[in-house]
Amino acid sequence: MEKLSTQNKSHEMGLHSEKLSGRTQQRFFSAEESENFVYPFSFEVDYDKSGTIDAENLSSKEVNIEIRKLMEKGVGDITIKNPKSRHGLGVGILNRLKLTFEGSLGYFGCGLIDGPNIHIKGRVGWSCGENMMAGSVLIEKNAGSTFGAAIRGGDLICRGDVGARTGIDQKGGTIIVGGRTGAFSGFMMQRGRMIICGDAGINLGDSMYDGTIYVGGNIESLGVDAVEEPMSELDASWLKSKLDLYGIPTKNGVENMKKIVSGKQLWNYDNLEPSEKKLVL
Amino acid sequence: MSKNIDHFINTDGLDSSREKEIGQHIGYRYDVNLVPDLKYLTPFLKKYMEIMGWSDLNWLEDVHMGYEENRPAVFDRNINGWVSVPEDMNLPDSQQERDMIARELLIKFQMSEKHPLVDLNKAYRRF
Repeated sequence: MEKLSTQNKSHEMGLHSEKLSGRTQQRFFSAEESENFVYPFSFEVDYDKSGTIDAENLSSKEVNIEIRKLMEKGVGDITIKNPKSRHGLGVGILNRLKLTFEGSLGYFGCGLIDGPNIHIKGRVGWSCGENMMAGSVLIEKNAGSTFGAAIRGGDLICRGDVGARTGIDQKGGTIIVGGRTGAFSGFMMQRGRMIICGDAGINLGDSMYDGTIYVGGNIESLGVDAVEEPMSELDASWLKSKLDLYGIPTKNGVENMKKIVSGKQLWNYDNLEPSEKKLVL
Repeated sequence: MSKNIDHFINTDGLDSSREKEIGQHIGYRYDVNLVPDLKYLTPFLKKYMEIMGWSDLNWLEDVHMGYEENRPAVFDRNINGWVSVPEDMNLPDSQQERDMIARELLIKFQMSEKHPLVDLNKAYRRF
Protein backbone atom coordinates (compact mmCIF):
# COMPACT_ATOMS: atom_id res chain seq x y z
CA MET A 1 0.00 0.00 0.00
CA GLU A 2 2.84 2.30 0.94
CA LYS A 3 4.58 1.46 -2.34
CA LEU A 4 1.45 2.25 -4.31
CA SER A 5 1.07 5.69 -2.76
CA THR A 6 4.72 6.43 -3.49
CA GLN A 7 4.22 5.45 -7.13
CA ASN A 8 1.13 7.65 -7.41
CA LYS A 9 3.03 10.56 -5.96
CA SER A 10 5.88 10.22 -8.46
CA HIS A 11 3.34 10.09 -11.33
CA GLU A 12 1.56 13.15 -10.01
CA MET A 13 4.86 14.98 -9.86
CA GLY A 14 5.42 14.21 -13.53
CA LEU A 15 8.60 12.24 -12.98
CA HIS A 16 7.58 9.67 -15.61
CA SER A 17 6.44 12.02 -18.34
CA GLU A 18 8.83 14.91 -17.86
CA LYS A 19 10.75 15.67 -21.06
CA LEU A 20 14.43 15.92 -20.26
CA SER A 21 15.86 16.44 -23.73
CA GLY A 22 17.00 19.95 -24.54
CA ARG A 23 17.32 20.85 -20.87
CA THR A 24 20.99 20.11 -20.45
CA GLN A 25 23.14 22.39 -18.36
CA GLN A 26 26.05 21.56 -20.59
CA ARG A 27 28.33 24.44 -21.55
CA PHE A 28 31.37 24.67 -23.76
CA PHE A 29 34.46 26.79 -23.46
CA SER A 30 34.70 29.35 -26.19
CA ALA A 31 38.01 29.96 -27.90
CA GLU A 32 37.11 33.66 -27.91
CA GLU A 33 36.97 34.00 -24.12
CA SER A 34 38.69 37.19 -23.08
CA GLU A 35 41.85 37.06 -20.99
CA ASN A 36 40.54 38.72 -17.85
CA PHE A 37 42.18 37.84 -14.56
CA VAL A 38 39.48 39.11 -12.21
CA TYR A 39 35.68 38.95 -12.09
CA PRO A 40 34.00 41.52 -14.35
CA PHE A 41 32.03 42.85 -11.38
CA SER A 42 35.03 43.26 -9.05
CA PHE A 43 36.63 46.60 -8.19
CA GLU A 44 39.87 47.61 -9.87
CA VAL A 45 42.32 48.07 -7.02
CA ASP A 46 45.99 48.98 -6.74
CA TYR A 47 48.09 47.14 -4.13
CA ASP A 48 50.31 50.23 -3.83
CA LYS A 49 47.36 52.39 -2.75
CA SER A 50 46.74 51.97 0.98
CA GLY A 51 44.02 53.01 3.41
CA THR A 52 43.17 52.62 7.11
CA ILE A 53 39.89 52.10 8.95
CA ASP A 54 39.62 52.65 12.70
CA ALA A 55 36.94 50.23 13.87
CA GLU A 56 36.90 51.60 17.44
CA ASN A 57 33.34 53.01 17.22
CA LEU A 58 32.01 51.11 14.22
CA SER A 59 29.71 48.07 14.07
CA SER A 60 30.74 44.98 12.08
CA LYS A 61 28.46 45.97 9.21
CA GLU A 62 29.86 49.48 9.13
CA VAL A 63 33.43 48.15 9.00
CA ASN A 64 32.55 45.84 6.09
CA ILE A 65 30.87 48.72 4.22
CA GLU A 66 33.94 50.93 4.78
CA ILE A 67 36.14 48.18 3.27
CA ARG A 68 33.92 48.14 0.20
CA LYS A 69 34.00 51.95 -0.10
CA LEU A 70 37.81 51.93 -0.05
CA MET A 71 37.90 49.20 -2.72
CA GLU A 72 35.56 51.31 -4.87
CA LYS A 73 38.17 54.09 -4.64
CA GLY A 74 40.84 51.68 -5.89
CA VAL A 75 42.54 51.10 -2.54
CA GLY A 76 44.19 47.67 -2.64
CA ASP A 77 45.93 47.60 0.75
CA ILE A 78 43.60 48.16 3.72
CA THR A 79 44.45 48.06 7.42
CA ILE A 80 41.75 47.72 10.10
CA LYS A 81 42.72 49.09 13.49
CA ASN A 82 40.92 48.10 16.72
CA PRO A 83 38.82 45.20 15.37
CA LYS A 84 38.17 44.32 19.05
CA SER A 85 37.07 40.72 18.36
CA ARG A 86 33.90 41.78 16.55
CA HIS A 87 32.03 39.00 14.75
CA GLY A 88 31.68 38.70 10.98
CA LEU A 89 34.44 41.10 9.95
CA GLY A 90 35.96 40.96 6.46
CA VAL A 91 33.25 38.71 4.99
CA GLY A 92 31.99 38.40 1.40
CA ILE A 93 34.95 40.07 -0.30
CA LEU A 94 34.98 38.92 -3.95
CA ASN A 95 38.02 40.93 -4.93
CA ARG A 96 41.79 40.91 -5.02
CA LEU A 97 42.87 42.85 -1.96
CA LYS A 98 45.47 43.02 0.80
CA LEU A 99 43.67 43.30 4.13
CA THR A 100 45.30 43.47 7.56
CA PHE A 101 43.55 43.28 10.93
CA GLU A 102 45.65 44.75 13.71
CA GLY A 103 44.01 42.70 16.45
CA SER A 104 41.67 39.76 16.99
CA LEU A 105 38.39 38.74 15.31
CA GLY A 106 35.26 37.09 16.77
CA TYR A 107 33.04 34.44 15.19
CA PHE A 108 32.81 33.84 11.43
CA GLY A 109 35.60 36.23 10.44
CA CYS A 110 36.68 36.39 6.79
CA GLY A 111 33.99 33.96 5.62
CA LEU A 112 32.65 33.71 2.06
CA ILE A 113 35.69 35.41 0.54
CA ASP A 114 36.90 34.92 -3.01
CA GLY A 115 40.32 36.38 -3.73
CA PRO A 116 41.73 38.60 -0.94
CA ASN A 117 44.93 37.99 1.01
CA ILE A 118 44.16 38.63 4.67
CA HIS A 119 46.56 38.92 7.59
CA ILE A 120 45.17 38.78 11.14
CA LYS A 121 47.68 39.77 13.79
CA GLY A 122 45.66 38.42 16.72
CA ARG A 123 43.35 35.46 17.39
CA VAL A 124 40.09 34.38 15.74
CA GLY A 125 36.89 32.85 17.13
CA TRP A 126 34.76 30.02 15.75
CA SER A 127 34.46 29.28 12.02
CA CYS A 128 37.11 31.59 10.63
CA GLY A 129 37.29 31.34 6.82
CA GLU A 130 33.97 29.50 6.68
CA ASN A 131 32.93 28.79 3.07
CA MET A 132 36.06 30.53 1.79
CA MET A 133 36.47 30.21 -2.00
CA ALA A 134 39.91 31.64 -2.86
CA GLY A 135 42.70 33.80 -1.46
CA SER A 136 44.60 33.41 1.78
CA VAL A 137 43.93 34.09 5.46
CA LEU A 138 46.94 34.04 7.80
CA ILE A 139 46.32 34.12 11.57
CA GLU A 140 49.28 34.85 13.81
CA LYS A 141 47.88 33.39 17.07
CA ASN A 142 45.25 30.73 17.93
CA ALA A 143 41.86 29.96 16.36
CA GLY A 144 38.57 28.57 17.73
CA SER A 145 36.59 25.52 16.69
CA THR A 146 35.29 24.70 13.20
CA PHE A 147 38.24 26.53 11.69
CA GLY A 148 37.68 26.60 7.90
CA ALA A 149 34.25 24.96 8.05
CA ALA A 150 33.06 23.99 4.55
CA ILE A 151 36.02 25.75 2.94
CA ARG A 152 36.05 25.32 -0.85
CA GLY A 153 39.35 26.86 -1.88
CA GLY A 154 42.32 29.02 -0.95
CA ASP A 155 44.81 28.81 1.91
CA LEU A 156 43.71 29.19 5.54
CA ILE A 157 46.64 29.29 7.94
CA CYS A 158 46.84 29.49 11.72
CA ARG A 159 50.31 29.69 13.24
CA GLY A 160 49.05 28.60 16.67
CA ASP A 161 46.63 25.94 17.95
CA VAL A 162 43.04 25.48 16.77
CA GLY A 163 39.92 24.00 18.39
CA ALA A 164 37.80 21.00 17.47
CA ARG A 165 36.24 20.01 14.13
CA THR A 166 38.82 21.86 12.03
CA GLY A 167 37.85 21.73 8.36
CA ILE A 168 34.50 20.10 9.02
CA ASP A 169 32.87 19.39 5.66
CA GLN A 170 35.94 20.70 3.83
CA LYS A 171 35.28 20.73 0.09
CA GLY A 172 38.61 22.03 -1.16
CA GLY A 173 41.47 24.39 -0.38
CA THR A 174 44.30 24.01 2.10
CA ILE A 175 44.09 24.41 5.87
CA ILE A 176 47.43 24.75 7.67
CA VAL A 177 47.74 24.55 11.46
CA GLY A 178 51.15 25.38 12.89
CA GLY A 179 50.31 23.87 16.28
CA ARG A 180 47.75 21.34 17.52
CA THR A 181 44.19 20.63 16.40
CA GLY A 182 41.25 19.31 18.45
CA ALA A 183 38.88 16.35 18.15
CA PHE A 184 37.07 15.38 14.94
CA SER A 185 39.29 17.45 12.65
CA GLY A 186 38.54 16.69 9.00
CA PHE A 187 35.09 15.37 9.91
CA MET A 188 33.15 14.57 6.70
CA MET A 189 35.96 16.02 4.60
CA GLN A 190 35.23 15.71 0.89
CA ARG A 191 38.35 17.05 -0.78
CA GLY A 192 41.20 19.49 -0.28
CA ARG A 193 44.25 19.26 1.94
CA MET A 194 44.82 19.80 5.66
CA ILE A 195 48.30 20.15 7.17
CA ILE A 196 48.60 19.78 10.95
CA CYS A 197 52.18 20.43 12.05
CA GLY A 198 51.55 19.48 15.69
CA ASP A 199 49.34 16.85 17.33
CA ALA A 200 45.79 15.91 16.32
CA GLY A 201 42.96 15.04 18.75
CA ILE A 202 40.64 12.04 18.72
CA ASN A 203 38.75 10.80 15.65
CA LEU A 204 40.84 12.55 13.03
CA GLY A 205 39.25 12.39 9.58
CA ASP A 206 36.08 10.71 10.81
CA SER A 207 33.81 9.75 7.88
CA MET A 208 36.02 11.54 5.40
CA TYR A 209 34.90 10.91 1.83
CA ASP A 210 38.07 12.12 0.15
CA GLY A 211 40.87 14.67 0.58
CA THR A 212 44.19 14.39 2.39
CA ILE A 213 45.30 15.19 5.94
CA TYR A 214 49.02 15.49 6.71
CA VAL A 215 50.06 15.34 10.38
CA GLY A 216 53.49 16.15 11.77
CA GLY A 217 52.85 15.22 15.42
CA ASN A 218 50.95 12.46 17.21
CA ILE A 219 47.44 11.40 16.28
CA GLU A 220 45.33 10.55 19.33
CA SER A 221 43.06 8.35 17.23
CA LEU A 222 41.78 8.04 13.69
CA GLY A 223 38.06 8.33 12.97
CA VAL A 224 35.86 5.88 11.09
CA ASP A 225 37.22 5.07 7.61
CA ALA A 226 40.34 7.26 7.94
CA VAL A 227 43.49 5.32 7.04
CA GLU A 228 47.19 6.05 6.73
CA GLU A 229 48.81 5.98 3.29
CA PRO A 230 52.51 6.25 2.34
CA MET A 231 53.75 9.71 1.39
CA SER A 232 54.87 10.24 -2.21
CA GLU A 233 57.71 12.47 -3.37
CA LEU A 234 55.14 14.79 -4.93
CA ASP A 235 53.39 15.08 -1.55
CA ALA A 236 56.66 15.95 0.20
CA SER A 237 57.69 18.56 -2.37
CA TRP A 238 54.23 20.14 -2.34
CA LEU A 239 54.20 20.22 1.48
CA LYS A 240 57.62 21.81 1.63
CA SER A 241 56.76 24.56 -0.84
CA LYS A 242 53.42 25.26 0.87
CA LEU A 243 54.85 25.47 4.38
CA ASP A 244 57.86 27.53 3.23
CA LEU A 245 55.44 29.96 1.62
CA TYR A 246 54.01 30.89 5.03
CA GLY A 247 57.13 30.23 7.09
CA ILE A 248 55.56 27.38 9.08
CA PRO A 249 58.18 25.07 10.62
CA THR A 250 57.84 21.30 11.05
CA LYS A 251 59.42 19.38 13.93
CA ASN A 252 60.58 16.32 12.05
CA GLY A 253 60.59 17.41 8.41
CA VAL A 254 57.81 17.03 5.84
CA GLU A 255 59.03 13.62 4.68
CA ASN A 256 58.24 12.21 8.14
CA MET A 257 54.67 13.49 8.25
CA LYS A 258 51.79 11.02 8.27
CA LYS A 259 49.36 11.08 5.35
CA ILE A 260 45.74 10.27 6.17
CA VAL A 261 43.17 9.56 3.46
CA SER A 262 39.75 7.98 3.15
CA GLY A 263 39.61 4.19 3.32
CA LYS A 264 36.56 4.45 1.01
CA GLN A 265 34.80 1.71 2.95
CA LEU A 266 31.84 4.05 3.48
CA TRP A 267 31.35 4.52 -0.22
CA ASN A 268 28.32 2.27 -0.07
CA TYR A 269 25.62 4.70 -1.14
CA ASP A 270 25.56 2.90 -4.46
CA ASN A 271 24.45 -0.30 -2.74
CA LEU A 272 21.33 1.46 -1.55
CA GLU A 273 20.68 3.36 -4.72
CA PRO A 274 18.93 0.68 -6.80
CA SER A 275 16.53 -0.14 -3.96
CA GLU A 276 15.91 3.56 -3.35
CA LYS A 277 15.13 4.08 -7.02
CA LYS A 278 12.64 1.23 -6.93
CA LEU A 279 10.99 2.75 -3.88
CA VAL A 280 10.62 6.16 -5.47
CA LEU A 281 9.67 5.12 -8.98
CA MET B 1 43.03 6.44 -10.98
CA SER B 2 43.12 4.51 -14.22
CA LYS B 3 46.47 3.69 -15.77
CA ASN B 4 45.19 4.76 -19.18
CA ILE B 5 44.83 8.53 -19.10
CA ASP B 6 42.02 8.43 -21.69
CA HIS B 7 40.11 5.65 -19.95
CA PHE B 8 37.12 7.86 -19.18
CA ILE B 9 37.11 9.37 -22.67
CA ASN B 10 37.27 6.10 -24.58
CA THR B 11 34.99 4.05 -22.32
CA ASP B 12 31.93 4.60 -20.20
CA GLY B 13 34.05 4.00 -17.09
CA LEU B 14 31.79 1.25 -15.79
CA ASP B 15 34.45 -1.21 -14.67
CA SER B 16 33.19 -3.07 -11.62
CA SER B 17 30.17 -5.34 -11.66
CA ARG B 18 28.47 -2.91 -9.27
CA GLU B 19 29.05 0.03 -11.62
CA LYS B 20 27.66 -2.00 -14.52
CA GLU B 21 24.60 -2.92 -12.47
CA ILE B 22 23.73 0.63 -11.47
CA GLY B 23 24.89 2.14 -14.77
CA GLN B 24 27.09 4.83 -13.29
CA HIS B 25 30.71 5.27 -12.31
CA ILE B 26 31.32 5.37 -8.55
CA GLY B 27 33.52 8.18 -7.27
CA TYR B 28 35.42 10.85 -9.10
CA ARG B 29 36.72 10.31 -12.62
CA TYR B 30 40.03 11.89 -11.66
CA ASP B 31 42.29 11.87 -8.63
CA VAL B 32 41.11 14.68 -6.34
CA ASN B 33 44.16 14.18 -4.16
CA LEU B 34 46.70 14.77 -6.94
CA VAL B 35 48.71 17.81 -5.87
CA PRO B 36 49.85 20.09 -8.71
CA ASP B 37 53.32 19.95 -10.19
CA LEU B 38 54.27 23.62 -10.68
CA LYS B 39 56.80 22.86 -13.41
CA TYR B 40 53.84 22.57 -15.82
CA LEU B 41 52.52 26.10 -15.14
CA THR B 42 51.37 27.93 -18.26
CA PRO B 43 52.36 31.59 -18.88
CA PHE B 44 48.72 32.61 -18.40
CA LEU B 45 48.57 30.97 -14.97
CA LYS B 46 51.87 32.60 -13.95
CA LYS B 47 50.41 36.00 -14.79
CA TYR B 48 47.18 35.22 -12.95
CA MET B 49 49.13 34.27 -9.81
CA GLU B 50 51.15 37.48 -10.05
CA ILE B 51 48.06 39.67 -10.36
CA MET B 52 46.34 37.97 -7.43
CA GLY B 53 49.48 38.21 -5.29
CA TRP B 54 49.85 34.44 -4.85
CA SER B 55 53.04 32.40 -4.99
CA ASP B 56 51.25 29.21 -5.94
CA LEU B 57 48.01 28.10 -7.56
CA ASN B 58 45.88 28.77 -4.45
CA TRP B 59 42.27 27.64 -5.14
CA LEU B 60 43.23 26.23 -8.54
CA GLU B 61 44.97 23.35 -6.75
CA ASP B 62 41.52 21.74 -6.61
CA VAL B 63 40.84 22.12 -10.33
CA HIS B 64 41.49 19.06 -12.49
CA MET B 65 40.54 17.97 -15.95
CA GLY B 66 37.67 15.57 -15.52
CA TYR B 67 35.28 13.90 -17.88
CA GLU B 68 31.60 14.31 -18.56
CA GLU B 69 29.82 11.90 -20.86
CA ASN B 70 33.09 10.72 -22.37
CA ARG B 71 34.28 14.26 -23.08
CA PRO B 72 37.10 16.08 -21.30
CA ALA B 73 35.57 18.79 -19.14
CA VAL B 74 36.24 21.05 -16.17
CA PHE B 75 33.91 21.47 -13.20
CA ASP B 76 32.97 25.09 -12.56
CA ARG B 77 31.90 25.48 -8.91
CA ASN B 78 30.36 28.88 -9.67
CA ILE B 79 27.71 27.34 -11.93
CA ASN B 80 27.78 23.92 -10.28
CA GLY B 81 28.24 22.26 -13.65
CA TRP B 82 30.72 20.87 -16.13
CA VAL B 83 32.18 22.94 -18.93
CA SER B 84 33.38 20.87 -21.88
CA VAL B 85 36.80 21.36 -23.40
CA PRO B 86 36.71 22.32 -27.13
CA GLU B 87 36.76 19.15 -29.24
CA ASP B 88 39.58 20.35 -31.47
CA MET B 89 41.95 20.87 -28.55
CA ASN B 90 44.85 18.40 -28.45
CA LEU B 91 45.39 17.11 -24.94
CA PRO B 92 48.85 16.17 -23.67
CA ASP B 93 49.49 12.67 -22.30
CA SER B 94 50.14 13.83 -18.75
CA GLN B 95 47.40 14.44 -16.20
CA GLN B 96 49.44 17.25 -14.61
CA GLU B 97 49.64 19.10 -17.95
CA ARG B 98 45.94 18.49 -18.62
CA ASP B 99 45.11 19.92 -15.19
CA MET B 100 47.04 23.11 -15.99
CA ILE B 101 45.08 23.51 -19.24
CA ALA B 102 41.85 22.95 -17.29
CA ARG B 103 42.84 25.69 -14.81
CA GLU B 104 43.60 28.19 -17.57
CA LEU B 105 40.35 27.47 -19.40
CA LEU B 106 38.34 27.79 -16.19
CA ILE B 107 39.84 31.19 -15.30
CA LYS B 108 39.13 32.51 -18.80
CA PHE B 109 35.54 31.26 -18.56
CA GLN B 110 34.85 32.50 -15.03
CA MET B 111 36.28 35.95 -15.65
CA SER B 112 34.43 36.53 -18.93
CA GLU B 113 31.39 38.81 -19.24
CA LYS B 114 29.42 35.84 -20.58
CA HIS B 115 29.71 33.82 -17.39
CA PRO B 116 26.31 33.22 -15.70
CA LEU B 117 27.69 34.62 -12.43
CA VAL B 118 27.68 38.10 -13.98
CA ASP B 119 23.89 37.99 -14.40
CA LEU B 120 23.41 36.42 -10.97
CA ASN B 121 25.52 39.15 -9.43
CA LYS B 122 23.38 41.85 -11.05
CA ALA B 123 20.19 40.17 -9.92
CA TYR B 124 21.06 39.34 -6.32
CA ARG B 125 23.77 41.74 -5.16
CA ARG B 126 22.49 43.55 -2.08
CA PHE B 127 24.97 46.40 -1.79
